[in-house]
Amino acid sequence: MKAIVNINNQDRELIFEPHEYLLDVLRRYGFLSVRRGCDTTSCSVCTILVDGKPVHSCSYLAARAEGHKITTVEGVEEEARKIAKLLMDEGVDQCGYCSPGFVMTLIGLKNENENPSDEEILDYFMGNLCRCSGYVGQLTAIKKYLGVK
Amino acid sequence: MINDYIRPKSIREAYEFLTNRENSQVIGGGAFLRLSSKDIDLIIDLCDLDLNFIKETDTAVEIGAMTTFREIEKSDILKKYFGNLISDSVKEIVGVQFKNYVTVGGSIYPKYGFSDLITALLALECKVVLYKSGEMRLEDYLKEKIDGKDILIKIVLAKESTLSSYKSLRKSNGDFSILNVAVTKSKNGYKVAVGARPEVAMLAYEAAEFLNSNSFVDEDIALKAAEICCESLSFGSNYLASSEYRKELCRVLVKRAIMEVVK
Repeated sequence: MKAIVNINNQDRELIFEPHEYLLDVLRRYGFLSVRRGCDTTSCSVCTILVDGKPVHSCSYLAARAEGHKITTVEGVEEEARKIAKLLMDEGVDQCGYCSPGFVMTLIGLKNENENPSDEEILDYFMGNLCRCSGYVGQLTAIKKYLGVK
Repeated sequence: MINDYIRPKSIREAYEFLTNRENSQVIGGGAFLRLSSKDIDLIIDLCDLDLNFIKETDTAVEIGAMTTFREIEKSDILKKYFGNLISDSVKEIVGVQFKNYVTVGGSIYPKYGFSDLITALLALECKVVLYKSGEMRLEDYLKEKIDGKDILIKIVLAKESTLSSYKSLRKSNGDFSILNVAVTKSKNGYKVAVGARPEVAMLAYEAAEFLNSNSFVDEDIALKAAEICCESLSFGSNYLASSEYRKELCRVLVKRAIMEVVK
């Protein structure tokens, strides 16, 4: 199959099989920030944005992406650097494997709600698993990035 | 393996593909498909059919089959008429990434036993609208086998002033419900729905009748109603819990939900 998909503000012609998911196709086209974690929609490591909203690329059919705007970490480098620095400052970016999914989820939250409460942040990140650290440092980093108390 | 994928331009075209191509399947969000190893010849994606909506009519709120869980979780219209019942039912499902593509139709049409949404909807006045079989009550749809393949277009919720409570228990955040419960009280009386038994949700009529027969509901009445509910419904065992555990859980969750409604 062929489809024109807007990836990081650039229209790309993608060639893929009907059974392929966006995660595999994006990686094949060089978007290596998109990582496979559990591959069963449980960990959110593979999170990308579709039309500004976070989704699991491991279970989003590539064919469905036609006509949509896809964003990966490669498309938000400056923001990703800011978030990575805040995570490092809190000492919670240890192996770093979950960070791309974390970064994209945080940008999704900012798109939807610039002034979230602690409860809203925890709800939004319920699906993002980190196996190195607890989640206290991440919450502090998120609040600093959004400038909320 | 999926051999082919199509986005029809009308529901009629989708239905023709569905009935003419053997081993074809309509998808909602496609999340459950991801976890299955089924071979499917043709995937029919309804994403271009404007079935993503939550809208009010004079007497009802209609939700399109392709509306996502996140959209129903955040909907002011649904909150206005049904309180937090619907948003609470989907709140703890996996995470926002999942809820941004999982759809109402994808959860209801297959009558998934684990569905949290079905339990909440069953405690309201809910109808499903199918392309071929037409309109029917959600409760009838869950009980009866429809004739051949069909396509869910929308659900219709009667507007009514409703007090409600949704309760579930999971082993961890985002996991499947071991059991889920919805209790509502409207001008027509109480409704008690119990799902993930692990079979699909059912209404507990005897428990509702008992509640309706009492002009004042306190903790003792709520507990008695919960016990009636446990005796009138059947519970099964699976990898999450035994039938005995589910029955005990039902007693606790139904009582808590009733008390939240009458508070």
